[in-house]
Amino acid sequence: MTTDIAAILAIDGIATGAVYVLVAIGTVLIFTVTRVIFIPFGDIAAFTALTLAALDAKQLPGTVGLVVVLAGLACLMEAVSLVRAGEQRRLPQAIFFYLALPLIVVGIVWLTMRFDPPMPVRLVLALLLILPISPLLDRIVFRPIADGSVLLLLTVSVALHFALVGLGLLFFGPEGVRTEPLTSLATEIAGIHVSGQTMLILTAAVVFSGLLFAFFDFTLIGKALRATAVNRTGARLMGIRPARAGTIAYLLGSLLAGVSGILIAPVNTIFYDSGFLIGLKAFVGAIVGGMTSYPGAALGALGVGVLESFASFESSTLKDVIVFSLLIPILLWRSLASQHSEEEVEE
Amino acid sequence: MTALQIRLIVVAAIVCLVAAPFVLNPFSITLLNYIGIYSLAAIGLALLTGVGGIVSFGQAAFVGIAAYATAWVSALNGYSPWLGLALALVTTCAVAAILGFVTLRLGGHFLSLSTVAWGLAIAFLFGNIEGLGRYNGLSGIPPISIGPIALVESWQIYFLIWAIVVAVLLLCYNLLDSRIGRAMRALRGGNTLVESLGISAFQIKLVTFVLAAFLAALSGWLYAHLSRFISPGPFDAGMGIEYLMMAMVGGAGSVLGGVVGAAIVTLLKNAVQDYLPLIAKGASGQLEIVAFSAMFILFLQRARQGIVPFLADLLPEPKLSVPQPAPPLPRREQPAPGTLLVKAKGVERRFGGLVAVNNVSFEVRSGEIVGLIGPNGAGKTTMFNLLTGALRVDRGEIAFAGRSITHDQQCHIARAGIARTFQHVKLRPRMTLLDNVLLGTYARTRTGLIAGALHLNQAEEASARYEALQQLERVGLGDKPFELAGNLPLGNQRVLEIARALAADPALLVLDEPAAGLRRQEKLKLAELLRSLRADRLTILLVEHDMEFVMSLVDRIVVLDFGSKLCEGEPAAVRGDARVQEAYLGGVA
Amino acid sequence: MTQMLTIEGVSVAYGKVEAVRNVSLSVEQGQIVTVIGPNGAGKTTLLMAAMGLLRAAGRMVFQGTDLSTIDVEGRVERGLCLVPEKRELFADLSVADNLLLGSYSLRDRSGTRQSLDDVFDRFPRLKERRKQAAGTLSGGERQMLALGRALMAKPKLLVLDEPSLGLAPLIVREIFRTIASLRSLGVSVLLVEQNARAALETADFGYVLETGEIVQSGPADTLIHDPKLIAAYLGGH
Repeated sequence: MTTDIAAILAIDGIATGAVYVLVAIGTVLIFTVTRVIFIPFGDIAAFTALTLAALDAKQLPGTVGLVVVLAGLACLMEAVSLVRAGEQRRLPQAIFFYLALPLIVVGIVWLTMRFDPPMPVRLVLALLLILPISPLLDRIVFRPIADGSVLLLLTVSVALHFALVGLGLLFFGPEGVRTEPLTSLATEIAGIHVSGQTMLILTAAVVFSGLLFAFFDFTLIGKALRATAVNRTGARLMGIRPARAGTIAYLLGSLLAGVSGILIAPVNTIFYDSGFLIGLKAFVGAIVGGMTSYPGAALGALGVGVLESFASFESSTLKDVIVFSLLIPILLWRSLASQHSEEEVEE
Repeated sequence: MTALQIRLIVVAAIVCLVAAPFVLNPFSITLLNYIGIYSLAAIGLALLTGVGGIVSFGQAAFVGIAAYATAWVSALNGYSPWLGLALALVTTCAVAAILGFVTLRLGGHFLSLSTVAWGLAIAFLFGNIEGLGRYNGLSGIPPISIGPIALVESWQIYFLIWAIVVAVLLLCYNLLDSRIGRAMRALRGGNTLVESLGISAFQIKLVTFVLAAFLAALSGWLYAHLSRFISPGPFDAGMGIEYLMMAMVGGAGSVLGGVVGAAIVTLLKNAVQDYLPLIAKGASGQLEIVAFSAMFILFLQRARQGIVPFLADLLPEPKLSVPQPAPPLPRREQPAPGTLLVKAKGVERRFGGLVAVNNVSFEVRSGEIVGLIGPNGAGKTTMFNLLTGALRVDRGEIAFAGRSITHDQQCHIARAGIARTFQHVKLRPRMTLLDNVLLGTYARTRTGLIAGALHLNQAEEASARYEALQQLERVGLGDKPFELAGNLPLGNQRVLEIARALAADPALLVLDEPAAGLRRQEKLKLAELLRSLRADRLTILLVEHDMEFVMSLVDRIVVLDFGSKLCEGEPAAVRGDARVQEAYLGGVA
Repeated sequence: MTQMLTIEGVSVAYGKVEAVRNVSLSVEQGQIVTVIGPNGAGKTTLLMAAMGLLRAAGRMVFQGTDLSTIDVEGRVERGLCLVPEKRELFADLSVADNLLLGSYSLRDRSGTRQSLDDVFDRFPRLKERRKQAAGTLSGGERQMLALGRALMAKPKLLVLDEPSLGLAPLIVREIFRTIASLRSLGVSVLLVEQNARAALETADFGYVLETGEIVQSGPADTLIHDPKLIAAYLGGH
């Protein structure tokens, strides 16, 4: 392998890695606030890409159907639990939040599409449409077991992923998509061609990482979100509503997933089940950061991208095996490096 | 329910199993075959996840290794399926041993994530290795033959499958009620608890892990020779989740639950495949997995404990027989009263910038009761943890019975003769009082995995059970040995921990705040018990806050404050010491 | 005097077991009221029900508002704050962050800086350790942190669950001195304790809870001299 090829592979790897970075820090975000290892994160990113492609083709995205179904379910569940608790007065608020709001979003998208909007607007619409999905999933799937152990939440998360893949096939169909690049600019760094798309991805990764880091360490709301994950009861006694904290985390997470989906859509062909691999590799990155550190997750994700790039050069079929097998030594290193407290006792 | 009634039910079940092929149609028999095969993998997972607390997403990968191993032997190389069985078992267990050795030191969700990792890696390998047919799979796998009879028909292999399932169930039940099985059941109490009983947590986890892989291998071997064709599909991540589902639906920690769960999930899958096309025409293929996942999620939300424990709660309590007198287990030679038992010298331990224990030295002599007192944060529990090996010493030495234990591991120190209780009680709430105390006898007994499963070595078990009963009676809890530990009030739970510590026949008993949360009467009884233990030549070291309790009980007191030893001596002298009064008693007598 | 908190005929059940049965008590403004009783009497259960962490039958009114429709967080926002038995600190967050989060429930956070300084003045050891993770503190320091955190919320009624639990006698006196001084801040206190002597020495009014029921009540000075109580609770530590 010459240095030229190595350099190209490295740049390529960093670009792929940068997409993983966004997904990785989103995973860490959701974990630190809700203790859920949100495996379907990658699926959300893939869905965003599929949504954008549909909007580009001037079709109503399958996402609409997904959002409507989820909104209906979430609203129903919230209504039932409110009635059971004798708090019927809160029904109108619940219906607005869980049903009306998502439907309004769908309405906005549908309406705007009739005016054949330009690319930047379509990006925003795609993000808007994908935003409600994670909070709705949280309400339906995770809220009833919010105080369960991390393992229980992880198991449910994996099961949820499978359900989403099935739903993805149903709403989006089996074809793969690829959108146009966001920008056709390109530069040369040290004699190597770097596309504008790559620069955009890297910038997004850095900016979002920095913002989240600042948010969690310096703002009261950020600390409140962290506190909710550390001690739920303690948080409630401070007046922090865990459900609200979870929703904020999932919304932010959705945003990150959406942005990463938009960034990766022009680069790779995305299918309804592409999310899993994206999510998993980003996840490796998150583990490198110990599931708690944003810079660590970012570096880890970049590392995975570069590794994948080199591995696929050696053997494209076995590249996934290599990446997953490497998760184990990383987990070992992480486990040794961190001071994890006595494991949770189930009974 | 008496033992006789239980036996009758088991016999009836076996009769039904045997009669089934003559009564049911071929499709049902095939279904039962698959249920049986899946049960084996599910039982393995029930042991690993339910009993051992290790959530594994990779059981399907192990099933796959075995299936491919036997296919390679029999289909590709023409040897007998029984040779295939040998290779399948050896390969799968070897891979499991290696993976387990590497990953089992990880904690909690890190460990589960690692199972996702290697589960995926192995599944990917199946589809990518040249000689194994890649995604087209391997066909032409020969049937198993017993002597001249080839098990070609569904009903023929049925008997083999279910004979194996029944045998596995029996062996697992025996195992869980034996020494190793109890150690497995203790795993969920946390590493500290397990190690303090002289059990190597890593070893037990590894044993459980390989056992689960063994059962998965049996499942894989049968699967290959039943369907006579394998491809990577049935061994992927999706199937891994299904096995987990079976184990959890049946009942976390219930071996029988593995069978029940496998049956329910398989029948449900069938029903979904039959009925979904009626509800959602055209979209059924994709919706199947959605429906399935949704049901699993619903189940995890509503009924985490699973079906078998739920039903077991409805059934009347089985009447168990109280352990009868038996020859005693070997007892330790207690050192002569007055000999030096514990010598701590210059012990130091830091946590980051905080010096928790600062150059502390003290001695404990055989036959005395020594109290360790001091304000909160003085370092008492840390000192205990250092002494028992739960924490590493930064500097200094600790010697026990003349031998240095400064760098020894917790389970070795426990075996050397130090038994302890904990500030926050560590019991197995869903195990009986007797079983909890039996855990203490682990280091004094030797029955291994196979002996336990085959119900051999009953003499040793009888001795251990009687010993446990005696310790229960000694602490005053002997009247209801089969009560669940979690139902006891806190005071009795603390006393139960003491019984468990006594069952280890220790030379030194280390008690961390044994009187905390007890009422006045209970404290008096506890003091009496401790005095009687001292009369039995047991040495006791305890931490307490209740001054009245401590002063009237102990021979000597060591006072810690801010990690350093303030003073030591007889109770009256310490109480009168001005420094102690200032730091701790606040000038009040 | 205004009633801060009134509890009328409250019962709390765990499944079939009634842990608290038909309990009535009240705390008036500026008062320190204590509930004493042995382990397992239902004291913590009562407090959890008052905060809304447990479901209860009966009536609870806080400053004139019926609490039955208000969730835990809502009660905290109204000035009813609990320092629970287990302290429930945020172990991974720093001491300073724990304290800052105490003021989360306040609508007007302009006085947070000042409140923080006040807490540090009151508990200098916390100031020393303000960057340390809360999980590394000793038992007494944790209790101080829990108390300080509750004070950051500028509570109107502070509920304390066993503040002396697991603490050495000297620190217990310090804590109770702090509790007594809360009166001058205009904070009412409901205090639940096993250490009957310290509690009755500090409080104005006392209730005795045994197996879920109030068996005695009266001004603290009277109770502390009651021969029956002395025998049962004030003899030992």
